[in-house]
Amino acid sequence: MNTAFVQITVNGTLYQKEVEPRMTLVDFLRDELGLTGTHVGCEHGVCGACSILLNDEPIRSCCIFAVQADGMAVTTVEGLALGRGQLSKIQDAFCEKHALQCGYCTPGMLIACHDLIKHTPHPNADEVREAISGNICRCTGYQQIVDAVLYATDPNGANHE
Amino acid sequence: MKAAAFEYVRADNLEHALGILDEAGAEAKLIAGGQSLVPMMAMRFARPSLLVDINRLEELKKISQDEQTIRIGACVRQRDIEFDHSLNQTAPLLKKALSWVGHSQTRNRGTIGGSLVYADPSAELPLASLILGASMHLQSDAGGLREVEAANFFLGPMFTAVSETECLLAIDLPIWHGKRIGSAFTEVSMRKGDFAMASAACQLQINDDETLRRISFGVGGVNSVPTIFPQIAQKMIGKHLTPELAQEIALMVAKECDPGSDTHVSSRFRRSLAETLLARVMLEAVEDSMHNGVNK
Repeated sequence: MNTAFVQITVNGTLYQKEVEPRMTLVDFLRDELGLTGTHVGCEHGVCGACSILLNDEPIRSCCIFAVQADGMAVTTVEGLALGRGQLSKIQDAFCEKHALQCGYCTPGMLIACHDLIKHTPHPNADEVREAISGNICRCTGYQQIVDAVLYATDPNGANHE
Repeated sequence: MKAAAFEYVRADNLEHALGILDEAGAEAKLIAGGQSLVPMMAMRFARPSLLVDINRLEELKKISQDEQTIRIGACVRQRDIEFDHSLNQTAPLLKKALSWVGHSQTRNRGTIGGSLVYADPSAELPLASLILGASMHLQSDAGGLREVEAANFFLGPMFTAVSETECLLAIDLPIWHGKRIGSAFTEVSMRKGDFAMASAACQLQINDDETLRRISFGVGGVNSVPTIFPQIAQKMIGKHLTPELAQEIALMVAKECDPGSDTHVSSRFRRSLAETLLARVMLEAVEDSMHNGVNK
């Protein structure tokens, strides 16, 4: 079996591992590092469940091999909140507005929404829908997810930071 | 849904990549953004035994422009084209096409070169490159450099003029000059970001007397390769592009197409979509030329 040595920083921690080149980044995160927050859905870039931030840009971690991410920085859903036991503003709003039922799509949705508000701090509903258009949810019908993001980012809302 | 085992080499520079391709031939495959190749490998439609990663080759990541031509490196990310202000001035059709390409997460990785070389019949960038009259720069160790016009580049579904030992280096796009240039791109798919059932795009320029000075249009997802219709376009020069003329031309184009059927779309529906979408983009391009044409 041929392997390659990789160094990948995940949520601020540097990991060094030998991996098979065919191992996708999402399998690396889940199986090698035990970070099972990132979910595996379709494994061919359609569902968005495995979305992560690679060097601060959202990508599908099933469509990149771990060996390609050598030397790069990854943020997963586990790294979105400031500390253990805490929730980010968007995560809190997802709870508040019931933006998940089974939760399978949630890590990908959160990554997509975090990237949206980084660039557009106060999005409108259309912008939220465009931002999550690459993520499939089979439970919510998407409306509660849109509601949650608008709630979290409302400049006049009680949730305003 | 896991790729078969392969060897991996990260190319240090272009010579390195071309040298490996020259030695390994059909066994090796270049990987850029991987947004088509990695899913193909996961489904084992593609089983390269050697993957040559060209993602870090800075020489393939440049965008440059002079008076006449835009040059985009093959490894420029789709997202970087989408947000390049100066490209959006000189070739706004690219951004319009890109808004239909996958999703922001895939455009962050996907490259323009990857999309062209993969050559899915319904892909947006191949159609846009045909309409804009692009030419592709290819290089191999044995054959050196060569340039292939977009019109001779797409040979069949997932099949291009690029040989097994060649690498696409860059894409040249001639800049349209003058006022009242307009463009439009549209498509229909099951879900936004999915492969198009049919797509259509148009770029045109209008004279002061409202007649057509220049027009280029085409359809994607309908034939085995994206198709433009230069002969029909030539006959439209000097005419007013009215809704009636747009309908007439769209019908003529639809009759020339040879659409296939699949589980989602019948051949008949696909032809009808091509007709409707083509008429629509022509009129949208006229509208666009009045407001925010290229190089006003």
